[in-house]
Amino acid sequence: MRNFEYQKADSVNAAVTAHAGQASSFVAGGTTLLDLVKIDIMQPERVVDVNGLPLYDVEALDDGRLKIGAMVSNTDLAYHPTVVEKYAVLSEALLSGASTSLRNKATTGGNVMQRVRCPYFRDGVSACNKREPGSGCAAIGGHNRSVHAVLGTSEQCIATHPSDMCVAMAAIGAKVLVTGPNGEREIDFLDFHLLPGDSPEKEHALDVDELITHVVLDAPIEGSRSTYLKLRDRASYQFALASSGVIVATEGNTIRDARIALGGVGTKPWRAREAEQALIGEPATEQSFKKAAEIAFKGATPYEHNAFKIPLGQQAIVRSLTHATAARA
Amino acid sequence: MTDKIQAKIIGASKPRIDGPQKLRGEAMYAADHHLPNMAYAYGVFSTVASGTIDHIDLSKAKQMPGVIDIFHHDHFPDLYRTPSSFAQENKVDETRLPFEDGKVYYPGQFVALVVADTFANARAAAYAVKVDYSADAEPIATLSQALERGGEPKTAKSSGHSRGNPDSAYESSTNRIDVTYVTPMETHNPMEMHASTASWENGDLVLYEASQGVIFARNVMAKVFGLAPERVEVRSPFIGSGFGSKLWIWPHAIAAAAASREVGRPVQLVVPRQQMFTTTGHRPPTQQQIRIGADDNGKLTALTHDSINTTSMVDTYVESTGSCTKSLYDCENLRVSHATIGANHGTPTSMRAPGAAPGLFALESAMDEMAEKLNMDPLEFRKANYTERDQSMDLPFSSIHLMEAFDKGAEKFGWAKRDHAVGSMRDGDEIIGWGMAACNWEALKMNCDARVSLRADGTAYASCATQDIGTGTYTIVAQAVSSITGIPLDKIEVELGDSSYPSGPVSGGSWATATTLPAIAEATRSAIEALKSYAIGDGGAFAGAKADDLSFDDGKLSDGDGKSVAYTDVLGQLKLANADGEAHTPGAPQGEYSFRSFGAHFVEVRWDPGISRLRVSRVVSAIDVGQIINEKTSANQVEGAIAMGIGMALFEATEYDERSGLPVNNNYAEYLVPVHADQPDSVDVILLDHPDYAFNEFGARGIGEIGVTGMAAAVANAVHHATGKRIRELPIRLEQLMSA
Repeated sequence: MRNFEYQKADSVNAAVTAHAGQASSFVAGGTTLLDLVKIDIMQPERVVDVNGLPLYDVEALDDGRLKIGAMVSNTDLAYHPTVVEKYAVLSEALLSGASTSLRNKATTGGNVMQRVRCPYFRDGVSACNKREPGSGCAAIGGHNRSVHAVLGTSEQCIATHPSDMCVAMAAIGAKVLVTGPNGEREIDFLDFHLLPGDSPEKEHALDVDELITHVVLDAPIEGSRSTYLKLRDRASYQFALASSGVIVATEGNTIRDARIALGGVGTKPWRAREAEQALIGEPATEQSFKKAAEIAFKGATPYEHNAFKIPLGQQAIVRSLTHATAARA
Repeated sequence: MTDKIQAKIIGASKPRIDGPQKLRGEAMYAADHHLPNMAYAYGVFSTVASGTIDHIDLSKAKQMPGVIDIFHHDHFPDLYRTPSSFAQENKVDETRLPFEDGKVYYPGQFVALVVADTFANARAAAYAVKVDYSADAEPIATLSQALERGGEPKTAKSSGHSRGNPDSAYESSTNRIDVTYVTPMETHNPMEMHASTASWENGDLVLYEASQGVIFARNVMAKVFGLAPERVEVRSPFIGSGFGSKLWIWPHAIAAAAASREVGRPVQLVVPRQQMFTTTGHRPPTQQQIRIGADDNGKLTALTHDSINTTSMVDTYVESTGSCTKSLYDCENLRVSHATIGANHGTPTSMRAPGAAPGLFALESAMDEMAEKLNMDPLEFRKANYTERDQSMDLPFSSIHLMEAFDKGAEKFGWAKRDHAVGSMRDGDEIIGWGMAACNWEALKMNCDARVSLRADGTAYASCATQDIGTGTYTIVAQAVSSITGIPLDKIEVELGDSSYPSGPVSGGSWATATTLPAIAEATRSAIEALKSYAIGDGGAFAGAKADDLSFDDGKLSDGDGKSVAYTDVLGQLKLANADGEAHTPGAPQGEYSFRSFGAHFVEVRWDPGISRLRVSRVVSAIDVGQIINEKTSANQVEGAIAMGIGMALFEATEYDERSGLPVNNNYAEYLVPVHADQPDSVDVILLDHPDYAFNEFGARGIGEIGVTGMAAAVANAVHHATGKRIRELPIRLEQLMSA
């Protein structure tokens, strides 16, 4: 690990002030940053510690939304009674991620800021446009089975966004509250993560020195049920090969409202809006689910080793919709 | 042959006597030693797969805080290579010394070594070393690339075997299959990192090394530094397992010791996890062609097993996949052969059940395929080819209970209820598959020395320069002493893992138990003889008696006429601290028997085609390894092996980029090993427990490896039963099962 300047912030504004440009990093749980610093992939010159900032609350707002402090740990959020009761998809997604000890450290704000798991990003030498813009993308034509996308890819980058939590948030709908040198602003969750396009080094909508303070979840859809299904090789402690977070509201057997978000297959937490539209007004049957699943992967681009993610992602959608609409005993 | 040892303590279920030390964090591992004035070393590792070093730029690194020295091929002491001989006990798999020249043979090879005052400073400076290479444009990263353009494979003559007329018998067989299996490179991944803590005093080396073989390690270090073995001491009282990767000395240990001597301070070097995939060995990838001929009654008429594996560009390592094939089944016409071909990888090494693990994946899958072709129950097909004679050695097996393993395993599993039709067994969304396979492993026994003391304070002491690699060796050594003396386990102190102790075996090949225990028993008896000699001497408790008339039982000497004296009193009366015994015991008896262990795995998998999810849900393994010494640690060995076998079947593969030759999943997140959630709902280990006294007086053959063998085939056969897909390339991945 290379040396860096360390500063502990005692307020949000102090944190923002201490964070001095591109060479600075905020550190919360450290589960991404410290890993990458240790293997010399990130080399911050200054690290601003935001642990201890008063961002640990989960607050139900009057308009039915849920305001989550950026420092709320993945564990605490997963077991928060309101999340368990009203946002099952989020609780399940959180608990499917990483391990208990990592979830205890990882924070809501930090999880949003997770970096990719692409081996070519992490090896420090292969061509990688995220790590070294303009150097190319070794994942294309290389090993791209597990942590590479089929949706939202570009010729410059095909790495998946690894978060499970973010997939659930994309399904629910949310705002990311940030504070920067110019004050506070909110960013729609679906606009927060950027497609790689021609500039994969730009991963999110934060401006320099901006700090995530909260994520505010949309109010739950009236009468909806939700679930998260993560498919992978081993049963735990692996990033998704494909995952599906769904929220469905039915009237009788007809789908009144639906949300579908996908993980493990997209370069960002992936919201499948067209597939949702195709479901609304349709009967809650396997046939409808399959049709929606097909639409969700329309235009998907398979690479050398990950073509199976298209049918796998479709299976995740069909099974999670089946669960979310199954008659309850 | 000495008497059979049949005390109650042998076979008992006993917790590890070293458990409390580990629980309390008192067990010191190689990197736990922080010596006064110690410096820390961190490697700079090659980022090309093949080529030469043009230039090493140290300008920035040398200015970094705490840096003491930076070693590389132009700045490293001249050392000697070791001959690498098992017989001379100085074997290594990688013979090239670190920093020997400016050549790069594999990615992750040491190209420089930074020594600094702290670990963090050493690592930071290592990252600041800039190395320019002339890289070969087409490194050989995989077995298929080696076969395409790696030149002529090298035949490994010594491990081959042929009898009868395998080729012509195959051609004239009524039923034939000709199938090729592929297994990937796998990496041992013990939890404890490879680590060396080296210090020199007056030209003598003390090395704390994460080692499965302190005697070999000592001898190698002595050879490398041109010293008499007495001037080197290697200590490895505890290791966080090794699975074979810590059997032999690797470059890091030599680098650490040399650096320590050069800088004149103790030096600690921990190999980073990423380089534990590159520079401390691996199980090489194999390609294995199997041809089986059988008659309509299911009798084997011909069997050939021809195998090739990659090795490094500098050393030859043979993965002897045919080692079980040559004797497991009755077949007059048989050939096994092995060949190697170079690749730009570090040198491969033994990984738990070397040869047998990939070899029995191939053989036991092929047996399943032939059973299917013959329309026979795969279990019945195996039974039809049972033999009690090792045809490759033309000797009977010393003890074989494979039929019992088949029967007991099948009964416990419920094999008779198997509907042999593919995909016929269902449970909700899941299709259930049942598969089975035989296990097999050679039983080996080496020379061994040991020392045992009966001490006046009522305790006993035993020592041997073997190791406990987490398997329970400390405990079974204490059981062996207890079995003869009656002294309870908590009064027996055992010291292992130090090359200054009486010479003991490498903890590998499943031979530590069969090798060490007879030496411990002999040393115990020798200590009792010493005690008797004191007792009958002047002032002794049995002064004037004959030693032969005295017997030792339950901690007491008795004369048969009703007089019995506790050994503590015998010693106390003479003001003696202890009675000592030493022993040297030989290797396995030759020429009369073939010594092998046997067993069978029965596996249930569940395949959910709606979400392409495959899980192993149930395992029954019946294991025939002779006498069980400790039921608890034995069952634990097999359970662990089953977990490892599941990893081999479904998850593990060390992958290299075919273009750059660089590793792509050399970390714990992307190299998948099974986690707790992957463990089957039920694992039943049946230990048959038939002592093999022809092998040694304890009747034990060793149990570390056999559980891995056959496991991947049993899973693959179950997968075939569930899905109809015959997966001949490991690991079995869901995309192989998804396609129609």
